[in-house]
Amino acid sequence: MARLEVRNLTKAFGGVLAVEDVSFTVETGIVYSVIGPNGAGKTTLFNLITGLLAPSVGEVRLDDQVVTGLAPHQLAAKGMARTFQNLQICMNMTAVENVMVGGHLSVDRNLFRSMLHFPSLRRADVVLRDRATELMAYVGLDAYLQSEASAMPYGALKRLEIARALAAKPRILFLDEPAAGLNPRETAEIDRLIRKIADGGVTVVLVEHDMKMVMNISDRILVLNSGKKLTEGSASEVRGNPDVIAAYLGKAA
Amino acid sequence: MRRPHPGLLVLGAILLVLPLLLPNAFYFDIVNRMAINAIVVLGLNLLIGFAGQISLGHAGFFGIGAYASAILPTHYGWPPVAAMGAGAAGAALLASVIAPPIFRLSGHYLAMATLGLGVVISIVLKNETAFTGGPDGMPVPPLSLFGLEIFGERQWYGLFAPVLLFSVWACQNLIDSPFGRALRALHGSEVASQVVGVDVARYKVAVFVLSAFIASIMGSLTAHYVGFVTPNVADFLHSIELVTMVVVGGMASVYGSVVGAVLLTALPQALATFEGWETVVFGAVLMLSMIFMPKGLVPTLAARLGKGR
Repeated sequence: MARLEVRNLTKAFGGVLAVEDVSFTVETGIVYSVIGPNGAGKTTLFNLITGLLAPSVGEVRLDDQVVTGLAPHQLAAKGMARTFQNLQICMNMTAVENVMVGGHLSVDRNLFRSMLHFPSLRRADVVLRDRATELMAYVGLDAYLQSEASAMPYGALKRLEIARALAAKPRILFLDEPAAGLNPRETAEIDRLIRKIADGGVTVVLVEHDMKMVMNISDRILVLNSGKKLTEGSASEVRGNPDVIAAYLGKAA
Repeated sequence: MRRPHPGLLVLGAILLVLPLLLPNAFYFDIVNRMAINAIVVLGLNLLIGFAGQISLGHAGFFGIGAYASAILPTHYGWPPVAAMGAGAAGAALLASVIAPPIFRLSGHYLAMATLGLGVVISIVLKNETAFTGGPDGMPVPPLSLFGLEIFGERQWYGLFAPVLLFSVWACQNLIDSPFGRALRALHGSEVASQVVGVDVARYKVAVFVLSAFIASIMGSLTAHYVGFVTPNVADFLHSIELVTMVVVGGMASVYGSVVGAVLLTALPQALATFEGWETVVFGAVLMLSMIFMPKGLVPTLAARLGKGR
């Protein structure tokens, strides 16, 4: 069954079509990558699907349910989670608390029970803290369990975002350039982590510039150029496509 | 943060011992005003320090509570407790109606909108002379709880001290709960908290309403305590005082709220000897504390002592 279906998605900023008539389907449990040159509309596409931007035209379906135009927090309740290209970490909180926020929807958030220290709410919060601790270990952040987020290095914060997204127990996870700014060793680790997440049953959609990583882990690849879908296929199909080579390197004269 | 709060025990001990040390009613009065300010500032710090929003009109809600407790018993014969409840409900209702549109704004624009709200409330209180007595103010009947009239600074201390202790406890619980975490998260990154399911708009409204409710209750209690209200309780200067207490004590610090309120309530008294120059000294103290302790007193000292929060 298709986890995500995108149909004729279009976004106009004034007269500029940042995303134009893009359609694709992501099957359950795979790693699906979106690639394209700078300015191709990859992040805009992510923002349209995850509700941060409203599409001008088109439809998004999550597990056969139309979710176009829903707010991000409503999409989170339906099992969508994401990370950001430019880090969005709450620097005023500890690392574990950042991950705990990811589990926001799974716990009692009542104002009065919170203020009055209800035992049921405290117990659930302890369980959430334990789960957040496990998730930090899962993404390889054991060393930062006691850290303030503001004291962590960039590479660790990238993983912290992934742990926070996983705390929401998503069915589909959008990763916007998870390897950007990382060195080759860190990139290889993220590579393994993404594979591990996908093997755990979470569908992963990825925007990434690191071609080695994309070709390595993607089950399918969508290529965007100037907001339009250029082609879609397996790694080997995309690699051999002359249009893709032309879009990245320019056409031979 | 899961360990029991040692600060709460210290505060409780101080509040318990204080009556033995205070020589006369004058000092009880100062401590009572400190407690009143501290409780309002605790609520305001939830909004400003923890959720990262701003309100420059919070004295307006304080004024609504104060005048509800003055007007409803005087003109309509309401029991004071009912009037206090009605004032708080009214303040909360006004806050919840006004919050959705103004919290679409942020930064300077939000500051201007909340400033406007406070000014409007204070003008209404000044101009509705038939009900409020206008700029001259009006007397407030005494408050009775369980058939006993609260009389004198010492008895009022017996009310304010436990309420302060409870407020600190409740605030700490809130901060370290999923609700409080969502508040701090939307301060840290609005977009990140949205995509994990935090309905950002709802949380901003909720914390604004909560802080307005607290301000209104304390406005009511203050009106009964002083026995008289004037429109000054709702004016811009009072709003600024409250925000200053948050900032000097320490944003996003529960004990910072208490320390800020205690210091800025005591400072004018301590500076009284400067005769006319006290506002200048007051301003200088604020500027210096901001230059050398921009994070506020309690967070700065806590960091110096290497205790984190």
